[in-house]
Amino acid sequence: MSKTLFDKVWYSHIVESFPKGPSVLYIDRHFIHEVTSPQAFEELKTRVLLIFKKERIIATVDHNVPTKNQHLPILDALSRKQVQILFENCKINGIDFFGLLHNYQGIVHIIGPELGYTLPGMTIVCGDSHTSTHGAFGSISFGIGTSQVSMVMASQCLLQKKPKQMRIHLVGLTKISVTPKDIILYIISKVGTDGAVGYFVEFSGKVFRRMSMEGRMTVCNMSIEIGAKGGLIAPDKTTLNYLNKIKFLPKDILLEEAMPYWRTLYTESDIFLDREYYFYASDITPMITYGTNPGMGFSIVRRIPKINVDYHQSISYMGFKAGYSLIGKPIQYVFIGSCTNARIEDLRIVANVVKNKKKAFHVLALIVPGSKQVIYQAKKEGLDIILKKSGFEFREPGCSACLGMNEDKLPFGAYCISTSNRNFVGRQGFGARTLLTSPLVAAIVAIEGKIIDVNNFYGKN
Amino acid sequence: MEKIEILVSRAIPIAIENIDTDQIIPARFLKSSKRQGFGSNLFRDWRYTNQGLVKESFILNNPKFSGKILLVGRNFGSGSSREHAAWSLFDYGFRVVISSFFADIFKENALNNGLLPIEISEVYLQYLFKTISYNRHILYSVFLGRQIIKIDKSFFYDYFSMEKYKKTCLLKGQDDIDHLISLYKKIKTFEVKSVFNDKENSYFIWRWSWR
Ligand code: SF4
Repeated sequence: MSKTLFDKVWYSHIVESFPKGPSVLYIDRHFIHEVTSPQAFEELKTRVLLIFKKERIIATVDHNVPTKNQHLPILDALSRKQVQILFENCKINGIDFFGLLHNYQGIVHIIGPELGYTLPGMTIVCGDSHTSTHGAFGSISFGIGTSQVSMVMASQCLLQKKPKQMRIHLVGLTKISVTPKDIILYIISKVGTDGAVGYFVEFSGKVFRRMSMEGRMTVCNMSIEIGAKGGLIAPDKTTLNYLNKIKFLPKDILLEEAMPYWRTLYTESDIFLDREYYFYASDITPMITYGTNPGMGFSIVRRIPKINVDYHQSISYMGFKAGYSLIGKPIQYVFIGSCTNARIEDLRIVANVVKNKKKAFHVLALIVPGSKQVIYQAKKEGLDIILKKSGFEFREPGCSACLGMNEDKLPFGAYCISTSNRNFVGRQGFGARTLLTSPLVAAIVAIEGKIIDVNNFYGKN
Repeated sequence: MEKIEILVSRAIPIAIENIDTDQIIPARFLKSSKRQGFGSNLFRDWRYTNQGLVKESFILNNPKFSGKILLVGRNFGSGSSREHAAWSLFDYGFRVVISSFFADIFKENALNNGLLPIEISEVYLQYLFKTISYNRHILYSVFLGRQIIKIDKSFFYDYFSMEKYKKTCLLKGQDDIDHLISLYKKIKTFEVKSVFNDKENSYFIWRWSWR
């Protein structure tokens, strides 16, 4: 019988299943961070249970940590305590812990792939919704709740019902200056924020085949913003080349023996999934969001549409009016970071735009690389110097202004062009207004000090 | 997890629809690293004023009402997926929540924590609200085995549906963890059978079973 990519990975991980009920799914990798893990450790302690397989857990700190002076003790007492608790829990249980001063520290969804923890055909979970990022490698990855974190710790398994499957197919190729972020923002704007509830989504089409791994991670990262349980893309040459370059992998065995298996991971061509979407790639243009959910996005040159009452509230929160264009709107903050767009490729795009230019003087531009490894690579390529010269603040890794849990909060009413994944009310700070874009658009806005059409920028310079 | 089989108790009615998890437990109380103790902040902003004064009018502050059953309007537990919502209800002392519709994630979280969400028809829910407004001492009985909820010492009852696996869990007082641990041996064999390579370097253990 023909199988989909999802089926292949799913069925190879089933330990046992109840007829008409949930299945016991074996988990290969478990990432934990400081915010959603303490109660899970507590639970194990009260039940006097041991960690089932400590080698499969990797811990890092990201949500709560400062992005300045990470070598000093954390100022905020609660954040300090959470980091300390995670450190102690890992030490007692023998779990690999990448603390603030560790070379491998960074946002969980960025360090997983770059350290070679994320591999095709795996099942991966983390107590964080954007775990879907790892699907870029052709793995089943999804976010879980705290009780489930303790289940995986105790048994390396989860009880799960098999989700339905959806495929989103892009026909043809995109125009230049359209980045993976624009593609996913476009898809979200079309499918809607609840269009894929209950589904696992596979992305297919030439565009994705030609996309870099970094780009695929950006797409899969935001696949949960259409309500999906997760997203995935079949592994191919690009995936294998990427894995080839990771210096942390034991090359000899891995590549020779694993590759033939990984090559079998794709959806066979004669299958229809539970739901299929087709879009034309050539319709996509640089995108921006104008409202308070990621589905409220449109081409940057369009005017804000007149739509239903629900949107009214959200548009007035943003301080916009129907019928107006965003072009020319002055912006005070630019944030480049988060697990969506803080990889080395994103930094390269930004550096390329801002090279030999200065940011507009009224803009506060923040770059928060996703991990220590990204910083290391950026320094090697001299990107940090280019960025600092252009007036960007170059910070240390963490989630930072993506959710404003540390000090990097935005003031009331401020407009921020952000490369992160959610523009919810107050997410970046009380009353802060977020506009999601690609790093390319964000870099251009930092230089211009206002929103402009990407094509005009290139015409001018 | 605590067993539930038969529960006979008075109920506390809150006839409001669409109560989201932010109302059940506001985000600013999530910073604890323990699971217990959230009960004191359950419905925090409905129970206390900004200055921390008790709002007498809210039903949880009314000593005349008590019970292990919470009766609420439809679409209970929507919004953020925080498990703290279920923890706070349980910690406060509730064991059963009755409504005509629950948000998916809340329902799952509740079941994972020994809190029984009972979904009944809107008509019967309204009937229950009515009975309690006539007599707040009225007792309700829940029979999980037969999946029945009824007004004690009367014939008025309704069925509620429930997944078989979850029902067995609650009846035995088991949760997913207990079930998974009972599979310990099976999981071990599964691992051995399918572990492709186990280098001494524990970082790089990976497996498959598709050969
Ligand atoms: S960067 Fe943002 S979205 Fe990503 S894990 Fe951190 S808080 Fe979540």
